[in-house]
Amino acid sequence: MSENVLRIRDLSVNYQTDRGVLKAIRHVNLDIPKGSIVGVVGESGCGKSTLITSIIRQLDDNADIPNGSIEFEKQDLLKLSLDKMRNISGTKLSIVFQDPMSTLNPVLSIGRQMIDIQYRDKISKKRKKQRSIDMLTKVGIPDPRNQLNQYPYELSGGMQQRVSIAMALQAGPSLLIADEPTTALDTTLEVQILKLLKDLQEEMGCSILFVSHHLGVIAELCDHVVVMYAGEIVEHGSTYEIFNNPAHPYTVKLLECDPASISKKQRLLPTIPGEIPDLINLSGGCIFKNRCDQSIDRCDKHTPLLNEFNKNHFVSCHLIES
Amino acid sequence: MSKLLSIKNLRVRFRTKSPLQAMLQKIDDPYIDAVRQVSLDIKQGETFTLVGESGSGKSTLALAVAGLLNAAEGQIKFMNEDVTSMTSSQIMAYRKKISFIWQNSIGSLSPRMSVGSLITEGYKIHNLKDRDLKMEADRLLKLVGLPTNIKERYAHELSGGQARRVGVARAIALDPKLIIADEPTAGLDVSVQGEILNLLNKLKDDLGVSLFVITHNLNIVRHISDRTAVMYLGRFVEQGQTDDIFAKPRHPYTLALLSANLTPYPEASLKNRIELKGEVPSLMNRPNGCEFHTRCPFSSKHCDNEFPPIHTFDREQILTCHYPLNKN
Repeated sequence: MSENVLRIRDLSVNYQTDRGVLKAIRHVNLDIPKGSIVGVVGESGCGKSTLITSIIRQLDDNADIPNGSIEFEKQDLLKLSLDKMRNISGTKLSIVFQDPMSTLNPVLSIGRQMIDIQYRDKISKKRKKQRSIDMLTKVGIPDPRNQLNQYPYELSGGMQQRVSIAMALQAGPSLLIADEPTTALDTTLEVQILKLLKDLQEEMGCSILFVSHHLGVIAELCDHVVVMYAGEIVEHGSTYEIFNNPAHPYTVKLLECDPASISKKQRLLPTIPGEIPDLINLSGGCIFKNRCDQSIDRCDKHTPLLNEFNKNHFVSCHLIES
Repeated sequence: MSKLLSIKNLRVRFRTKSPLQAMLQKIDDPYIDAVRQVSLDIKQGETFTLVGESGSGKSTLALAVAGLLNAAEGQIKFMNEDVTSMTSSQIMAYRKKISFIWQNSIGSLSPRMSVGSLITEGYKIHNLKDRDLKMEADRLLKLVGLPTNIKERYAHELSGGQARRVGVARAIALDPKLIIADEPTAGLDVSVQGEILNLLNKLKDDLGVSLFVITHNLNIVRHISDRTAVMYLGRFVEQGQTDDIFAKPRHPYTLALLSANLTPYPEASLKNRIELKGEVPSLMNRPNGCEFHTRCPFSSKHCDNEFPPIHTFDREQILTCHYPLNKN
């Protein structure tokens, strides 16, 4: 087994709301092996964003973490002081957000921002500038020297996202978190950015935690896939296993109802009836039971655990256990 | 099937410099063409889909059809009436026959009105006093599959899928002939996308309306559309039956769009993908010759300087390219 860059154990996050305690994610375990791309897929409200923000320690004030640990390069991020955390984020751990326009500062030129983020390095400004140019070349921006004087609004969406990837990778992080980095882009650009991420990952050897709701993007890029539903990991395994041999009823349905997976023209598309359960009043048992058409008595009472279903493929479902 | 909407050589322009600026900077033509030379027909009871990337002019075209933008050139005919030369009272009557489902489902609903008043707003605007608004609201909510007690709620209390359904209810309230749906599934989860598309298909069959769907999501086009047009830099590069376009794309851009469409099959990886170089050129600076040649993987010398001819294939597939693919 290779080393893990990130090791999340038994992580839960609660939000205090007016209606009570909202259990956004519960008992999540996640490993990211060195040099691999792990994809987290799930629909809105499944806890993807909470998971990311708890890794980078940017949770809202009304959130608390009752239990769990996030081990990153042998230290627990949750126990670090904010000062130490600040030293890690941006250097060892960096993130690319969904919307590049709101990531970049609109009133500073690209060059100024790229030089600013190297404030930790005690080298001359000239060298910092050269480094920025090299990085922009790496992410495929034409004429990088002149681009440094441009402001974010002067670049197109795809170019902006390339700049934010360049900034995230500048310090050579060991883990890059990518939060839906292609959602705001057009399809032809989406493919370009995915290819860029894959090439850079191979070149720089970092790991990527890639979060998306787009099944096609995950299938394209990732080595390992984690499926989340309503704050729990319901299934995880190698990309090939998850997409060719899905075992959890939710994953099966999710793949079925993706219009992209139906190549024959169909007037009536499959859907998943029902809604995700209220995370404030959780009733116990399996989280997917109210929308699952194969649920049995046991699903109401006992919460299923993640069990090995196949090699490198874990599923939390009573139907698989028995 | 008779023609419902017929557009001929439509051109929509936006001013980029004020008259004074243009004079001082000696710019003869201070405009950009967001839509150029677009012709299309939508028949009664048909779903017509418009596909293209951002900035290709999809929404501009839709706004021009609704009479919300003026056409610089060309003709828009709706049930044999010329939309471009209508007076404001005629436009009012015309807007009863067409309706919009907006892209931003929550943003298009007033935050200060309850769902009940939102979906019956059209009756008040068009002065239809004979209707019982409460009954109409219930009828519409049932049609779009929402519980009737949702009437008291406000926009911020709705989920994305519910807000989209309210948008659909508003659109069908006045029994329109044509519904224009701008990105009807944008921002929705995969499991909800299907529900909205099923609803649109059902309403189309039950009410006999025509749909004009704008989207960049090719995955949904196949399932809802009868005919499709592909737009690039404000022009239609290819137009035809949806089945033909998916089975035999003839324009390189269509082919690239189809191959950039990611599917949840890890094996179908980057191998046979046609990756386009660069980005969409600016409308201020349209390329010479074929406007796609800067990104086209098959372009040759010819494409740089000569505007491509329009080819017509069997079953109404029309395209603009020097070297169409899939000739046979």
